[in-house]
This record gives sequence, C-alpha cells and structure tokens, in this order.
Amino acid sequence: MCETCGCGDPDVVPVEVRESLLAGNDRTADHNRQHFAAQGVMAINLMGSPGSGKTALLEATAARLDGRQRLAALSGDLATDRDAARLARAGIPSLSITTGSACHLDARLVHEALHELPWQEARWLFIENVGNLVCPAIYDLGQEANVVALSVTEGEDKPLKYPVMFHKADLVVLTKVDLLPHLPGVEIEVIEDALARTMPEPRVIRASAVTGEGIDEWLRWLEGRQADSTAVAASGEVVAGG
Amino acid sequence: MHEYSIVQSLLDRVEAEAAARGATVVHRLRLQIGEMSGVETALLRSAYETFTDRSICAGADLEIVPVAVRWGCPACGTDLPSGSALRCGDCGGPARLTAGDEIVLERIEMEVPDV
Repeated sequence: MCETCGCGDPDVVPVEVRESLLAGNDRTADHNRQHFAAQGVMAINLMGSPGSGKTALLEATAARLDGRQRLAALSGDLATDRDAARLARAGIPSLSITTGSACHLDARLVHEALHELPWQEARWLFIENVGNLVCPAIYDLGQEANVVALSVTEGEDKPLKYPVMFHKADLVVLTKVDLLPHLPGVEIEVIEDALARTMPEPRVIRASAVTGEGIDEWLRWLEGRQADSTAVAASGEVVAGG
Repeated sequence: MHEYSIVQSLLDRVEAEAAARGATVVHRLRLQIGEMSGVETALLRSAYETFTDRSICAGADLEIVPVAVRWGCPACGTDLPSGSALRCGDCGGPARLTAGDEIVLERIEMEVPDV
C-alpha cells in the first residue's frame, strides 16, 4: 500500500499466455469443419494469385461434371461479385464475400456466409479465397484441403518466393498449360522443382480450363481426397464409440 | 497486410486478460513469430504502433522473439538440416515443419492495482 495516501501501489504482474494469436480463428474454423462433416460436404480452400485461373478452374469443373455432382462456391474478393456471378452462370450456387480492404478470408467471414448459401446440398464446397499468395495461407477456414492454382505465366520461382503458401498446399493445380507453346522461357520442370522444395509431399496437376487438360485428374483427386477423409472420420467414430 | 488482423487479435486478447485482472496499464508484451509463419515482423511492429495508439497497449514495449524454421521426420523423429530437401535422409519420408510457424502471444506484463 502507498504509505502517503493509502491509494494502493500498482503491481506489475506477468501473465503467461502462450497461445496462438490465431486461436480465435482456429476455433471458428473447427466449428465450420464440424458443420461440413455433419453434412458430408468436402470444403476446399482454393487460393492463388489474382488472375491465376481459380474461377476458370471451377467453371471448367462444373462444365465437365455437367450436373452429375452438386457443387457450391463462396468467392472472396475485395470488391464486386463478378466471380460469384461467373460461377452462378456455370451452374454453381455461389455467394460473394466482399472483404473491403481485407486481403484474405477468415473463418468468421466463411461462417457468416454459410448462413446465406444453400451449401448443405453440395458434395463439394469450393471457397475461392482472395487472390493473394501471402495472407490467405495462414487462416484456417475449416476446409478439408488447401489447393493452390498457379498459372504457368506467373514465373517459375513463385513457390520459392512464397513458401508459406505452397508449404500449406495439399495440391497445386498448374493452370493455363495450353499457353506453354507461347512461353519459350518457361520450363514446367523448373516450376515443379520449385514446388518440390517447398511442399514436403508435392502433388501437382497440369491443367487448362481452355483445352480441358487435367480436369479429369483434378476430379479424381477430389474424389480420392473425399474418400480418404470419410474413411478417417469413420475410423474416428469407431474409436470414439469403442 | 494481415498483420493488422494479427494486431487486432492481439489487442482483443490483451484487453480480455487485463479486464479479468482489473489491470489498467500494460507495460510489455512478448510474442513468438516463426520465420515461416507468414507474418512480417517489421509490418507487425508498424501495425502495432498504429493500432494500439489509443488502447490499453499504448506505449507498451513489444518484444518479438523470432523462431527459426526446423524440419523433422514425423516417422523416425530425425531432425533435418535447414535448406535440405524436404525428405528424411534416413527413411525417405516427407518432412514436417516442427518449428517456425508460431504466431504466439507468450507473455503480458500488466499493472494491477494493489488491493
């Protein structure tokens, strides 16, 4: 106590927190993940630079499926709902998440959007993130897998320049490969080598939304990933039940 | 510039801890930021100075402890030397990041009135 007036001396108290500053986001992401699992919907966080071909990949996906699978999409952009409108025209029920100045989607933005989109009927929900190779990588949205669209026109060293994004990728879809004949300086092997230095388990599909190359392989990857996650969930239930 | 979002999370957390203890002033914060966390410490610092100006953290020292990247093999536990291929030299399995992605609030030093 203060001896002069008795007002009480302050104590400096150390508080050990030792918690991630993303813990709040991660809790919301887990909540989203539980919703997806309960409905049997596989959510894919689709990331990549602006113009890397994320929307075109989804359009090509819908065209190839031709209504055989139900899809849904959330599309994040700083402004406009142009991507969501394109996806809706391709037959994918879509909603735009307009982030204003925010450079990434977070779990809360996705959670709020889930109340506005009839995603429960879909088999696959694509969350098309804001075009950006930096910020989206660190925010868990509750997805089953991270997919990065990397176009062959972006430069061979992008994986080395943005290692956090590519380290988090479960799959890289190398887009616009139909342009390779016009890009004499670009060697696809160099891009794949850069990916092998940033992804512990590099998985790459070469694709073109224009020619349709790689789209079947992409669909098989989605099928396989969903089968694996369903198997893991089933074995988890057995353990939990036993 | 997700560093602004990170600073907002930091402020929310510090304000909650301060409110729980009746603290009125924060003297010092210590963060751990990994080299592969995707957070740029210089940007984080300027976001911190801009954002905390009129908050309980105004004037509080921000200590940032960098955490180096470490890769290990989840199968056999071997540590991989940095800069090497992302495969275990012993068993060939894929490496996992074992350190370097931290965005952690480690410690707050705050002034709590003596009661």
